[in-house]
Amino acid sequence: MPFETAPGLEAGVLLASILFCLGLAGLMMRRNVIFMLMSVEVCTNAAALMFVVAGAHWGNADGQVMFIFVVTLAAAEVAIALALVLQFYHRKHTVDIDQLSELRG
Amino acid sequence: MNYVFYLTATIAVVSTTMVIFHRNAVHALLYLVTSLLSVAVIFYQFGAPLAAALEVIIYAGAIMVLIIFVIMMLNQGDSTVTQEQAWLQPTTWIGPALLSALLLIQLILLVSSGQISSTQTFHYIGPKQVGIALFSHYVLAVELASMLLLAGLVGAFHLARRRKIDTGDSGNAI
Repeated sequence: MPFETAPGLEAGVLLASILFCLGLAGLMMRRNVIFMLMSVEVCTNAAALMFVVAGAHWGNADGQVMFIFVVTLAAAEVAIALALVLQFYHRKHTVDIDQLSELRG
Repeated sequence: MNYVFYLTATIAVVSTTMVIFHRNAVHALLYLVTSLLSVAVIFYQFGAPLAAALEVIIYAGAIMVLIIFVIMMLNQGDSTVTQEQAWLQPTTWIGPALLSALLLIQLILLVSSGQISSTQTFHYIGPKQVGIALFSHYVLAVELASMLLLAGLVGAFHLARRRKIDTGDSGNAI
């Protein structure tokens, strides 16, 4: 059953690209760990949007299956990352990512 | 009915821009929730109601509650706004912003010059089809996802536990 009111595939792909680039820019320009984590969520969400748009275009349920896996991955990732943020804050008493420089890479 | 899509997409882009430029963490989180809700509306317009519901429940619900819980636990107060203002100078963000804009221009050129046919025939894919695909063809991936979630649970419990000796000068306590 074709869905009548849907916009084009190009519009969906462009929106996913714009959201991913915004998340990438936020990940690079912020120093607060929590803001970096939010930017990673924006990037993950843009990738999931791309999966759903492509699945809708080809009439395939695999896009939404992949969306479910992306959401599962994002949930596990954000749980681990927030635990790391808590441990970091307990050790350094700051959320500045530049304070983690003992490795001198 | 295309203008609904463009309005929602504009809301998503504007609220995401507010997320990466806002100085208050809780306000940025509210803008992020707005962005996720507008993406859920876009999912619904593309004929994916299950994805829209999961986006609202899991992303805008559970994950955002987790992040706001950690922001409350850190309890940093009003000094973070001025700190963020000091960190977010234009000399800091102009380079990454330019690089990301370049990447976005490349992606837009790639999409607009490609052979994507805009035939406008999107298919409605209900929860039944997704469930059938999920538990017949992808059942092994579902099991792997359950193991991933279990590993995430154990890892988060181990990492977030507060130690007795928490000085942070010797790095062998973790």
